Amino acid sequence: MMITNLEIIPGKRIAKHMGLVQGSSVRAKHVGRDIMAGFKNIFGGELKGYTELLQESREEAVERMKEQAKAVGANAVLNVRFSTSSVAVGAAELFAYGSAVVLE
Amino acid sequence: MVDLIVLIVLLALGYGFGRFAEQRHYRSIRKRESELRRIPAVASRIPPIRSTPCDATLVCGSVVVSVDYFKRFVAGLRNLVGGRVTSYESLVDRARREAILRMKAQAKELGADMVFNIKLETSSIYQGRRNSIGSVEVLAYGTAYIPH
Repeated sequence: MMITNLEIIPGKRIAKHMGLVQGSSVRAKHVGRDIMAGFKNIFGGELKGYTELLQESREEAVERMKEQAKAVGANAVLNVRFSTSSVAVGAAELFAYGSAVVLE
Repeated sequence: MVDLIVLIVLLALGYGFGRFAEQRHYRSIRKRESELRRIPAVASRIPPIRSTPCDATLVCGSVVVSVDYFKRFVAGLRNLVGGRVTSYESLVDRARREAILRMKAQAKELGADMVFNIKLETSSIYQGRRNSIGSVEVLAYGTAYIPH
């Protein structure tokens, strides 16, 4: 399964277009992490716990998108976009979407 | 009175540690930027024409950076008079550069020689008290070109 944010793949032809596929995941970190993040808000600097959290949930979102693409019979997802939004304090929604296609 | 002391202590801590952390972060960013300069990252949507066959895959890098207490306080004061909020500018700048560096590092690991169609996405993750911006997340993603 090819995942890319290109619209055209050089040297490949798009045989079939299967429409939009998407995947999303909402995650929160345990309270300890939130407290640590609170401290970090005094000192400044990178919030490693949150970076990790977002990375994990992004992978999850991409994984769900892939599953959906597989279900509709595509072998590639083109023009992938990501978006992030905070749903509540300490929880973030990660959303990935793209167009599923069959490449030759 | 106690509140005032707590505030002053927090400001001093934020100023001291925040400055130190920012300078260290900038040093490391500059160092890694010069190491990864060989991999150009461009925003053009259409890949350059190559004679050799290439693989293309998605790479991304993300970072969550938080602003320190002192800077948030200064930004709060800035809200009264308006104008450039330099303390947040440096925060966003650091986050963007770091995210691009992480993306490039991933591309380098895959053996890519170029990343194109870069998209940057910023969102504020942690809302502090009184809805002040606590930390921002920056995600950079693009397509890495891997020559065979």
